[in-house]
Amino acid sequence: MTNLIQTLISGLSLGSIYALIALGYTMVYGIAKMLNFAHGDVIMVGAYSGIVAVAQMGLSPWVTVIVSIAVCAVLGVVIEFCAYKPLRQAAPLSVLITAIGVSYLLQNAALLLFGSQQMAYPTLLKLPMLTVGGVQIDGITLLTLAVTAALMAALTLFIDRTKLGKAMRAVSEDKGAATLMGINVDRTITLTFAIGSALAAFASMFYGMTYVYIKPTTGAMPGIKAFTAAVFGGIGSIPGAMIGGILLGLIEQMSKTYISTLWADAIVFAVLVVVLVVKPTGLLGKPMQEKV
Amino acid sequence: MQLTQKKRRRGDLLTAAAVAMLLAVMAALLYTGSLTRQVTNMLIPTAVYIVMAVSLNLVVGLLGELSLGHAGFMSVGLFSGCLVAIALTNTALPLAVRLPVSMLAGGLTAAVFGLLVGLPTLRLRGDYLAIVTLACGEIIKNIITNLRVTGGALGLNTAAIYAGAKELLPYGAALVLLTVAVMLNLKRSKYGRAIMAIRDNRIAAESVGLNVTRYKLAVFVIAAFFAGCAGVLYGHSLANIKAAAFDYNMSIEILVIVVLGGMGSVPGSVVSAIVLTVLPEALREVADYRMLVYAVVLILVMQATNNPTMKRFFGSACKSLTPVRKERAAL
Amino acid sequence: MTTKAKLVKRPSSVLLPERDADKSPVLECVGLGVTFGGLKAVEDFNLTIGRTEIAGLIGPNGAGKTTVFNLLTKVYQPTAGAILLDGKDTHAMTTAQVNRAGIARTFQNIRLFNGLTVAENLMMAMGDSVRYGLAGSILHFPRYAREERIARERAEELLSIFRMERHADERAGSLPYGAQRRLEILRALASNPCLLLLDEPAAGMNPSETAELMENIRRIRDTFQIAVLLIEHDMELVMNICEGICVLNFGHIIAKGTPEDIQRNEAVIEAYLGKKKEAAS
Repeated sequence: MTNLIQTLISGLSLGSIYALIALGYTMVYGIAKMLNFAHGDVIMVGAYSGIVAVAQMGLSPWVTVIVSIAVCAVLGVVIEFCAYKPLRQAAPLSVLITAIGVSYLLQNAALLLFGSQQMAYPTLLKLPMLTVGGVQIDGITLLTLAVTAALMAALTLFIDRTKLGKAMRAVSEDKGAATLMGINVDRTITLTFAIGSALAAFASMFYGMTYVYIKPTTGAMPGIKAFTAAVFGGIGSIPGAMIGGILLGLIEQMSKTYISTLWADAIVFAVLVVVLVVKPTGLLGKPMQEKV
Repeated sequence: MQLTQKKRRRGDLLTAAAVAMLLAVMAALLYTGSLTRQVTNMLIPTAVYIVMAVSLNLVVGLLGELSLGHAGFMSVGLFSGCLVAIALTNTALPLAVRLPVSMLAGGLTAAVFGLLVGLPTLRLRGDYLAIVTLACGEIIKNIITNLRVTGGALGLNTAAIYAGAKELLPYGAALVLLTVAVMLNLKRSKYGRAIMAIRDNRIAAESVGLNVTRYKLAVFVIAAFFAGCAGVLYGHSLANIKAAAFDYNMSIEILVIVVLGGMGSVPGSVVSAIVLTVLPEALREVADYRMLVYAVVLILVMQATNNPTMKRFFGSACKSLTPVRKERAAL
Repeated sequence: MTTKAKLVKRPSSVLLPERDADKSPVLECVGLGVTFGGLKAVEDFNLTIGRTEIAGLIGPNGAGKTTVFNLLTKVYQPTAGAILLDGKDTHAMTTAQVNRAGIARTFQNIRLFNGLTVAENLMMAMGDSVRYGLAGSILHFPRYAREERIARERAEELLSIFRMERHADERAGSLPYGAQRRLEILRALASNPCLLLLDEPAAGMNPSETAELMENIRRIRDTFQIAVLLIEHDMELVMNICEGICVLNFGHIIAKGTPEDIQRNEAVIEAYLGKKKEAAS
C-alpha cells in the first residue's frame, strides 16, 4: 500500500513538471497555432542557466530563480521573433521543420558550451524529507505540487480577468478579427511565448531539484512527453494541459513501478497514439470545424 | 503541348542515367582498388541514406506530410531482414540469393508496419501526424530493444552476415536505382498526381472523388518498404546493430537531407544525401560543429524558401529549391 | 467537340449518351438540416431538382447556401433529413463517394491544385476511368501510356469547351482569375457528374464575362445533359438562366418557384431589402 502511495506521489510530482511544460505548449499552440518543438530545449537552457548562475556566478537561490525565468522568457521571445514570426503566413510544415531546427540548434549549442557530461543542478532549497503516515515524501515534491497549482490558478485568473488575457483568448479564436478589434496580435503572441517560456523555467527548476542531472539532451524527451500530455488533455485548453500532465505523470510512474522501466516510454507514447486516433481533440478540447 | 511531357520524361531519364553512371564510376573505382579506406567505408552508408531520403521524399515532398518515424521503419526492416539473413547463413545459398531474399523480407516487414502505423493515424494531418509518427518510431525502438530475439539492449550480433563494400555495392547500387526509378515513375503517374493534389488541396481532392486515406496509405507503405530494404543493406555492413541508434534523431537527419535537397525532387535528394554523408567525414576536425551547422542551415533554408522578403533576396537560389506550397486558406 | 481529327479508340465519356428517359429527379432533399452546437445552420430544407434542370439557390449572405452545398457533398454530415441522389440515399457516403456517385462542385474560394498543370487538374478528376492502378503507376506498362494518352485527350476535349487548350501545360496557379474559375468548372465536369454544383461562378466577373458564362452554362447542360444548381448573387444571371429558384434565409427556405414567382414574392423582397418603413406621420 505504501508502495502505491509512494508511486502516486512520485507520479504527481512528475506530472506537475509535465503540466508546467504542457502549459507552454498548449498556450503557444492555441494562440500562435504552431507546435513549438523547441519548447523542451528551452527547459534545458533554463536548467543550465540555473547551474551557471549558482556554480559559476555564485548567485543566491532567489536571484537564480529570477535569472532562470528571465533567461527562458527572453529566449522564447527571441526564438519567436527570429524563427517563427517571419513564417506566420507559411505552410505549417515549414514552421514545424523550423521548430525542429531551433530545437537542434539549442541542443548542439549547449553541447558545445557545456560538453556531453552531465552536470548537477544546484540545490536551491534545502527541504526535509517528510514522513506522513508511514510514507516518505520529499519536500521538493510537495513544493513542486504547490507551486504548480498556484501557477495554474494565477494563469487562469490572468486569462479570464485581465485585458491582456482576454486579448490572448481573442487571438486564439480569430486572429483576423482580433486585429480588427485593435488588438496588437504580434505583441500578444510575443507575450504568449514569454509566459510559456517562463513556465518552462519553473519546470526546469523543479526538474533540476528532483532529478539533479542535466545534459544537453535532457529537455527533448520530457518535451515530447509533455506535448503528449497537452494533446491528451486537449490542445489549446489550459485545464486540459494540467490534467493531461498529471495523468501522464501518473501513468508513466505506475508503468515504471508495476510493469517495467523498459516499457514505460513505449506505454506513454502508446497513450499518445491511442488518444490522437480515438479522440484527436483530447479530453477537454473542442472539435474544430474546417470551413469550406 | 506534348513537348512539356516529353521534356519531363527526358529529365527523368537524365536523372536515372546520371545516377546509374555515378554508381558505375564508383564501382569501377572500387574494384580497381583506387579508393581510399575512408571513401570505401562511406559507399554503403551513402547508398543507404540515398534510399532513405528518396523514400522519405515521397511522404514529405510529394504528399506534404511530415513523418518523423522513418528511421523506425528502417529499424524494423533491418532487424527482421538481418534475422532472416543470419538464419540463411546456415544454408548453402550464396550471397546473391541470401541478400536479396533478406532485403525483400525486411522490406515487406517494414511495409506491414507501415500499414499498421498508417491505418489508424493517416487520418491525422500536419503537427498531429508528425508527433504520432515520432511516437510510433519511439515505440518501435522501445519494443525492439526489449525483445530477446533481437539481442536486447546489447544489440544484434551481425558478424555472421557482415560483408565489405566490395561485396555489398552491387546490391546497394541495384537498390538505389530501383528506388530512384520507382519514385520517378510514380511522380509521372495517376498516383503521383493524386498525391500532389492531396498535398495542394485536400478538400478539393476529396471533392473530385479521391479516397485520400487510401493514397496516403499507399505512399506511406511504399516509403516504409524502401526504408526497410535500405535497413537490411545497412545491417550487413555493420558488426553489431542496436535499435537505439534508429531513433527520431536519425529520422530528423534524413529529414534534413530531404529538405535541403528540395521537396519532391529526386535528383535533389540524391545529391543532398551524398553531400551530407560525405561532408561530415571530410570535415572530421569540425565534427563538433556539424549538427550545429545543420540546424542553422535548416532554419535558414526554411526562412529563405518561405519568407517573402527573403525569397526576393535569395531570388535565383530559390529556383533549385522547390518552395512548399501552402493550402489556400478559406475565408 | 475536338478541333483536331484525332481518333480516340474508346468513345469519350466526356460526351454522354442521353440520360435516362423517364426524367426522374436527379436530386431530392427531404427535411435536410444540420445543427452546429446549438446553431441550426440549415433546417427543413426540401428541394427537388429535375434531371436536366438549371436551378438557382439564392439568399442574403450567411443564409446557409454554401452550407447546403457542403451538406450535399458530405463535407458536413446532415443531422436531420435525407439526400437522395438518383434515388440513392447518400447518408453513409463520404465526400469522395458522393462525387463518384454523381455530384461535382466548384468552390466559393477557388480550390485548384496549384502545383499541377491545367491538364493534370482535369485528369485528376477522371479518377477510375483512367484504367491502371498502383502497379501500372510504378512499372509504366504499355497500358499506362495508352490510358495517359486517352486521359490527356479527354482533358483537351474539355478544355476546348472554354477554348483553353493552349493553357493545358501551364501551372494552374499561374492562370488569371477568370480562367481559374472556368478551370474549376471543367474539373468538376471531368468527374462525370449528373449534378453540377456551382458556388458563385460569376463572382468577380464583369457583365460581358457573365453573359458568356450564362451561355456556357446552358451549353454545358445541353451537351452533357446534366442538372446544374448554382449559388449566385448576380440577380441578372440567376433570373435569366435558372428554371427554378429556391430562396434561403437564416437556414430556412422562404420561397421556391420560377423566376417570375420569386421576383414578385413579398418574403423574398423583405429578406433582401427589409420591411417597408411605415410613412412618418
